[in-house]
Amino acid sequence: MDLEALMRCLGTGSCVVTQLTSGMIIGMLLFLIASGVTLIFGVLNVTNFAHGSLYMAGAYIALTLYQASGNYFIAAVGAAVAVGLLGVAFERLLMSKVYGSNVLMQLLVCYAVILISDDLVKIIWGPSGLSMGMPAEFRLPPLRFMGGVIPPFYLFMIAAAMVIGLALWLVIERTRFGKIVRAAAVNGPMVSALGIRVNLYYAAVFGIGSALAGAAGALAAPVRSLTPGMGFSILIESFIVTVIGGMGSIVGAFVAALLIGFTRSFGSIGFPLFVDGMMFLFMALVLIFKPSGLFGRPHR
Amino acid sequence: MTRRWRDLGLAGLGLIVLLLVPMLGAPPAIRDFIMFAMAYGLLAMSLNLLIGYTGLVSFGHAMFFASGAYAFGLAMQSGKFSIPAAFALAIAFTAVLALVIGAICVRLNEIYFAFLTLAFQMLIYNVILGWVSFTGGDQGLMGGIPRPKFLGIDLADRTQLYVFCSVLFVVCIAIMRQIVTSPFGYTLRLIRDNQERAAFLGIDVARAKLVCFVISACMASVGGILLALFVSGAYPNFGFWTTSGEAIFMILLGGSTVFLGPIVGTVILRILTDVTIAYTSHTELVLGIVILILVLGLRKGPLDVIAERLENRRQAKAQKVRDAADDASGKKP
Repeated sequence: MDLEALMRCLGTGSCVVTQLTSGMIIGMLLFLIASGVTLIFGVLNVTNFAHGSLYMAGAYIALTLYQASGNYFIAAVGAAVAVGLLGVAFERLLMSKVYGSNVLMQLLVCYAVILISDDLVKIIWGPSGLSMGMPAEFRLPPLRFMGGVIPPFYLFMIAAAMVIGLALWLVIERTRFGKIVRAAAVNGPMVSALGIRVNLYYAAVFGIGSALAGAAGALAAPVRSLTPGMGFSILIESFIVTVIGGMGSIVGAFVAALLIGFTRSFGSIGFPLFVDGMMFLFMALVLIFKPSGLFGRPHR
Repeated sequence: MTRRWRDLGLAGLGLIVLLLVPMLGAPPAIRDFIMFAMAYGLLAMSLNLLIGYTGLVSFGHAMFFASGAYAFGLAMQSGKFSIPAAFALAIAFTAVLALVIGAICVRLNEIYFAFLTLAFQMLIYNVILGWVSFTGGDQGLMGGIPRPKFLGIDLADRTQLYVFCSVLFVVCIAIMRQIVTSPFGYTLRLIRDNQERAAFLGIDVARAKLVCFVISACMASVGGILLALFVSGAYPNFGFWTTSGEAIFMILLGGSTVFLGPIVGTVILRILTDVTIAYTSHTELVLGIVILILVLGLRKGPLDVIAERLENRRQAKAQKVRDAADDASGKKP
């Protein structure tokens, strides 16, 4: 516990700016991953425990595309699309076979996919950590704001995540596609009876959720080190985010992701040993007082 | 009542077989294999109390395995406790931990339950990794676990340790068998099959689940203690999520509907791992593919399939006998 250090940090502009941006970075990554988890859960009613593997795949594919093309934007978009396609394949070939059966079977399929993908990454990219380094496009002088230093890439990352999140929200809430998806979430067989091929929509939703994870991986690649197990730790945090925000709610995922991001960034100054405990405390409180999450609808 | 005596007799028989192994001059490698299998077998068996009998899919069971191992190891290293006292302390600690975590988790629906147990496991794992001065961090509990003699038993001796572990293992299995065949065990199965009906019959579903959760955690902690005694230490990976995943896999391999299935699964998994390690370093890839084949192909464990076949055949045979009896008495339909 070092609350004094936290107070001192809150007193200086540079420290506040630095911690705010790093909290935003963590929060935005978590938001992209958690919104995929929450979207897939809300529509298909399955929890994708292998979502972290998709994030990992996004980071590694972005790295390879960047090294091949030298253009970060091509790498990021390519990684998101590739992971989206991987997600569709995963849904069609594996997950769709266990929709009807119990949670145990879904869990085992995801467990198997995590094992296989971690090992495949080790075979293709090697077991040791890799790093992309700052892409050439962003090797610019850092911005100064209230005495704090902000790397330009951080701003791009935050903006990109927000744009993606907004686009996702618009698609789900304001388009015909989104309307059908929301209807399928409530009653799939009924939508199917109306002559809509629900399976295609399920696959599309899984693909979109996966592409979000892939985009998160691509955005994380320049600032995180790439290791075969990188997907799992962020998966837990994104689960905590979905529980706090409410399963199925994209707005909830956004708010909760920022909450966790700032807990991490400011907590690492004030109470470094208790950061994990703090996140769990938030989650336990939400579960006890509002089990459906801050923005979630009550369970059916 | 007769079934209870039969089960106890079978447990005694199993113990005798286990004890005969070292006496018949089995090589130490076999004995070590059995000790490992007993520790992990208890983990899988206790998890099956939740998954197979209560329908609670926990993805974080290894945290209790680790808490047993660490609590026992730390109590012994403090030098203030005898082995039985440290044993009781480790189980009591795990019970309290399971009570707190269970109280938060058991009321939730099954998907929430699965990943909340997973999340709590990561919390415990991070505490073990982060609290270096107390737990040794990623190095594990260093310096070995002292094993002072008690009641004339010297656990530093490999044979005596083996006997001690075998007895504990069989006692735990027998306790679990008693629980499963008791009225409480049938209550758990009712909750698994139809939670609403159980609630309508006046059963406090959340309380029954919580009791089962705590019992199963205690059994897992005994497995952890056995492993800590065996390897003379405790390591963070005891409580890592992959250990929980392995335990679930053991249940799948052995079958969740057969009481001793998880133990069979433990043995199969250990052999499978040993064999794949001999040929390739990519064990995870192989295990993952085996899981996918089992889940998507059979949709249940191999032992479940065999048990189902046997049951079908037995029923067909009984039907034939009945038909024959009808024929003999001249009552043709």
